[in-house]
Amino acid sequence: MDDIFSNESMLDLFIYETTQNIEQIETSVLISEKENFFTPDAINEIFRAMHTIKGSSAIMKYDNIASVTHSIEDLFYYIREENSENIDCGLLADLVLKGVDFIKLEMEKVKNSDKLDGNPTELIEGIKSYLHSLKGEEDGVDTLDTNVNPIVKEHYCLPLDKNETNDNKKLYEAIIFFEDGCEMENVRAFGIIHHLKEITEEFRHIPENIIDNDNSVKIIREQGFTILFRSDKDYRELYDFFIGTTAFLRELELHELSEEQICGESDSTKMAVTQESPVKIPELKTKDELGQVPMESRSSHQSIISVDVVKLDKLMDLMGEMVIAEAMVTQNPELQGVKLNSYYKSARQLKKITGEMQDMVMSIRMVPLSASFRKMHRLVRDMSRKLDKKVELTLIGEETEVDKDIIEHISDPLMHLVRNAIDHGIEEPDVRVAVGKPKTGKITLEAKNVGSDVFIIVRDDGRGIDKEKVLQKARKNGLIRKSEKELTDKEIYNLLFLPGFSTNDEVTEFSGRGVGMDVVTKNLEAVGGSVSIDSVEGNGTVTTLKIPLTLAIIDGMNIRVGDAKYTIPTTSIRETFQAKADDLILDPEGNEMIMVRGECYPILRLHKLFEVKSDITDLTKGIMLIIEQDEKCLSLFADELVGQHQVVVKALPAYMKNLKRIDELTGCTLLGDGSISLILNTGGLLGM
Amino acid sequence: MTKTDILNPSEMEYEDTLKGKYLVFSLGKEMYGMEIRYITEIIGIQPITEVPEMPKYVKGITNLRGKIIPIIDARLRFRKEIREYDGRTCIIVLEIDDISIGLIVDSVVEVLTMQDEDISSPPDVGKGHCNYIKGIGKVGGSITLLLDCQKLLTDDELEEINASL
Repeated sequence: MDDIFSNESMLDLFIYETTQNIEQIETSVLISEKENFFTPDAINEIFRAMHTIKGSSAIMKYDNIASVTHSIEDLFYYIREENSENIDCGLLADLVLKGVDFIKLEMEKVKNSDKLDGNPTELIEGIKSYLHSLKGEEDGVDTLDTNVNPIVKEHYCLPLDKNETNDNKKLYEAIIFFEDGCEMENVRAFGIIHHLKEITEEFRHIPENIIDNDNSVKIIREQGFTILFRSDKDYRELYDFFIGTTAFLRELELHELSEEQICGESDSTKMAVTQESPVKIPELKTKDELGQVPMESRSSHQSIISVDVVKLDKLMDLMGEMVIAEAMVTQNPELQGVKLNSYYKSARQLKKITGEMQDMVMSIRMVPLSASFRKMHRLVRDMSRKLDKKVELTLIGEETEVDKDIIEHISDPLMHLVRNAIDHGIEEPDVRVAVGKPKTGKITLEAKNVGSDVFIIVRDDGRGIDKEKVLQKARKNGLIRKSEKELTDKEIYNLLFLPGFSTNDEVTEFSGRGVGMDVVTKNLEAVGGSVSIDSVEGNGTVTTLKIPLTLAIIDGMNIRVGDAKYTIPTTSIRETFQAKADDLILDPEGNEMIMVRGECYPILRLHKLFEVKSDITDLTKGIMLIIEQDEKCLSLFADELVGQHQVVVKALPAYMKNLKRIDELTGCTLLGDGSISLILNTGGLLGM
Repeated sequence: MTKTDILNPSEMEYEDTLKGKYLVFSLGKEMYGMEIRYITEIIGIQPITEVPEMPKYVKGITNLRGKIIPIIDARLRFRKEIREYDGRTCIIVLEIDDISIGLIVDSVVEVLTMQDEDISSPPDVGKGHCNYIKGIGKVGGSITLLLDCQKLLTDDELEEINASL
């Protein structure tokens, strides 16, 4: 690479931006392919993203990326301008995805500062010939390209009559004021209208005649540019739309109008309906299904800026400092006994703001799993095509948040697992039919918070694991260390995670090299997680990844024992109460127990366990907390409850971990006053 | 955080200027020296949260501007008698191989520059806490025991833990 361009921040930015754009393109293409229709929105988005990549890669002198994006951009420019309806979605998606793959590959080279030697000629030729065939058809000239679907699908125009308009469309009124002295207000207004056509067909604007009427500029300057339109998008989206598309915007008033207002309005003046860009809606689709499309694309649309993680860490540290400083000011001993009414009022205000800030800062590092989950759509699509299997992917709980570091560690394992599920798990369609299963295999990806862990579950309804085969292979590789009869099903399945294990007889493109599952284990161990597998032969396999919440935010109950403070995840507390002397039981071996509603729980005195000096040793004076995990229960004895807080789990220092593994603790957390509280590990306390 | 004093960031560019500089601190009557490159900062005594099941010399953890660092009492680490912390007691924050630890010492004395010829190797007295000493510095008539910071983290610690249990 040229030295001039090894400027790191620029390169970083390029990589970040391009990766984001590529992901966006991929998502839109996949959604569009599923719907078998490219919405104008999707086309625009892909066009825009490609354009951005083209621009930045040209600046960075990555010519091959630039040329690929250029040809795809051309293609989409044509599609956008001509509103071609007769697009073979599958073919188009293939082309774009090929392009995306090419760019991804080149991006990897960029990251490793290798030479970008990918040759895009073939790809560009493919795109060009496709574009030609499109153009040829549009001109009415016969084309030899048989790939293009020559049947023009039926158009579906939105009803012109307002009475028949969709119920879920609402009427909005937008009044736009441009910045003073921006000039050419009428042209700008026209620009807005042009963009508006992309999202709605029913609108009317005041002044009506923008371009030809000279007065329009004056009206727009004085009264603003008023647009009345119908749209099924919600307020937020529309607001963002106007803000995003309008340059020199000074003021935007966006109102939702009620039905009555609409009737009054539209009786006197007909709603102008443009017919230039009829929206084609595949007949089979119901309204509901269509409604989901903008929803999905919106969530991947969030406006995001990239920030160096180091800065975030720093911000978090500073936040901690600030909380301490706040406590030092507001709880200053010199203030004790002084009457300061307005001071306390301001101090409360400060406390509130710092509290909110702290919550915010803490949540910044948390990233929803959705991005990693969605990547799987592409994988499933590619693999099911290649392997001629029908697979449907369902995502559950993709909004579950985990720390950014953890996400990086689990992407690969997830990919392996989904790959395995399709390759080894799901059977060919005819096999599935033969055994009485639906033709389409199902893979479910689920994420959930359980206690102080996040579970990610990959479930398929394929053929399950053949125990005999696993055993055979294990025997062959000498992986079995105890008598085979003693092995439980679970132990047999877990053999799969040992290095050098693959039951697939043939090595396929996707799996079977024996390096899948042990990578999964390794990656998870790196973040302190674990993996387990369960299967019912013929019915499918369930793989569960258990990830600890290190650095994650949990709801915790703070308790005090002597001078020490501890935090228990609220989810594992069943109840807390003060014990009555009558309920306490002492067995002959000196074990203390407590009877609660006919059930007996062992008592664990925290002050004894952690050897903390405490004045409260009488069981009836302190507080009992019944904790529970996996149906095991225990009663903890502590001095008092301090309160419930959201806490960020921090790992204990590496130095201590090297010294000794403390099962009873998951980590520690900083309390509001800057002091440290140790987080108890429910599982560890219960001896699990 | 009353006595925050950042001595020198241990960045690569400063490597040369840091060479031969030792921070001298006292433990009882003895003076100990520690290569300055490992030292992040020196702070006053902080509230320390005890962590159970740790060896005695690990006093616990403390919150250093959002970063949680383990605190080791140098006296206990070198098997000296316990002494009450006072106004002179300091925590020296070290960063060794990306691991941060705080070391409680009686007081920080000065920063000394020692050339290689000022340092003699420790006498070989077999096993014992001489393991931590990698040299003996003689400057201006006084003797400074130079600590091997790497050894603070590793080596015979496992035995010590087992012994303390």
